[in-house]
Amino acid sequence: MQHSNIKFSESHEWVKLENDNTALVGISHHAQELLGDIVYIELPRIEQNIVANDTVGVVESVKAASDLYSPVSGEVIAINDSAINDPSIINNHPEDKGWLFKIKLDDITELDNLLTTNEYKKSIGE
Amino acid sequence: MQKTHFYDCHIKANGKIIDFCGFALPINYGSQLKEHETVRQDCGMFDVSHMTITDIEGVDSKRFLRYILSNDVAKLDKYTTNKALYSAILNENAGIIDDLIVYKMPWGYRIISNSATYKKVSSWIELQAKNFKIKINNRKDLAILAIQGPNAITKVVKIKPQIANNLLNLKPFESIIDENWCYARTGYTGEDGLEVILPNKFAQQFWQQLIEIGVTPCGLGARDTLRLEAGLNLYGHDMDENTTPYSCNMNFVVDLLDNTRDFIGKNKYLGLKVMNNLFQVGLILEGNGILREGHDIIINNEPIGKITSGTFSPSLKKSIAIAQIKSKLENIKPTDKFFVNIRNHLEAVKLVKLPFVKHGKILHF
Repeated sequence: MQHSNIKFSESHEWVKLENDNTALVGISHHAQELLGDIVYIELPRIEQNIVANDTVGVVESVKAASDLYSPVSGEVIAINDSAINDPSIINNHPEDKGWLFKIKLDDITELDNLLTTNEYKKSIGE
Repeated sequence: MQKTHFYDCHIKANGKIIDFCGFALPINYGSQLKEHETVRQDCGMFDVSHMTITDIEGVDSKRFLRYILSNDVAKLDKYTTNKALYSAILNENAGIIDDLIVYKMPWGYRIISNSATYKKVSSWIELQAKNFKIKINNRKDLAILAIQGPNAITKVVKIKPQIANNLLNLKPFESIIDENWCYARTGYTGEDGLEVILPNKFAQQFWQQLIEIGVTPCGLGARDTLRLEAGLNLYGHDMDENTTPYSCNMNFVVDLLDNTRDFIGKNKYLGLKVMNNLFQVGLILEGNGILREGHDIIINNEPIGKITSGTFSPSLKKSIAIAQIKSKLENIKPTDKFFVNIRNHLEAVKLVKLPFVKHGKILHF
């Protein structure tokens, strides 16, 4: 089965497949725009096992706190320290340098349940 | 959503429009942090035309306002200039119906009150006005632009050279009128500046002139972080009808000097003095995270109060909050350790006297 490189969740996270079983997770450009200036984030712990759709952290802008959901299940193998130290990276580069955590996927087919770029764009009315 | 007369200007400046009390207003024009900094260091402008302007004239104007406002407009009489006063409207229980600024005008008085409270305040004023000979005029024909920051007045002077001297000599809370425009040295940012009340038809032209001399448009987001750093209350958050002036540091707007003056809420206010048990303080979060409205404040595992508004402070680069606690700041021992419950984690906070920032200067670290 083919997996396109990036998929989105309805709660505005993205997952980018890196190789056969690891992926990066972050929040979408649309999400950072809704939040405004991001000033604080809480991420899952390295080695933490997380389940798809669980709350795994918080993204806070000046305006509001927003829960971070994981679109996929697996073990967290890295977190983005640069984004913790300077959350404005998430505003400026939400879908690359502003990634949040790296995960070793339990089940790659979970990606099939997520939205393609076009489906996601449609869901946010773009 | 209602559009203000600056609406097209917001769109042109890339304002991110939100519904604020039924008005289409910008939350920011890209970055509220940058807008905040501009106001602290230079000058920014805010469309605040959503606020309610009510003119009051007639023989009983003064008597009426002395009755419905907690502050005493009679003290404006001793000035030869048009002076303004910050006040509250109290209900019979001394709860705060609204906070407002009342300006003395050549024809009477002008009140600028909140937009969220528009309906209840206008019906309250009408109800109380029954026995007074006054005329109430809701000025939908006027717009308001707040120009705030250390360079605000000199920038407006560039556009209005004909009244340069009047503007430069304006004292805090004074206003002048020039060709149906009112310029008041008031604001909601903790910085120097003006609030200009002008006819709707000149709104876009004035905005454009300010843009051309480099005044930065600022949205509601920056307005909130600026006022919070300045320790200024926000209606509906730091005060409401269940809050008396004692609990939100508003005793200074209750004027009891003339003991012959009766005003709504006075008896209850006097009676509550001994019973009052909430006091307003400022909080600074020691670690990382953001303090938010509703968070509990804890000492020795006991809750002793709540945050009424919290945010990230762009000036302190830490989270700050305004809170109400069951203890006076003076009674707190240096050894007392306070915490705030953020998502079931206890985070250490420092209690401080408000404000956090005044005229660009950080007062607490």
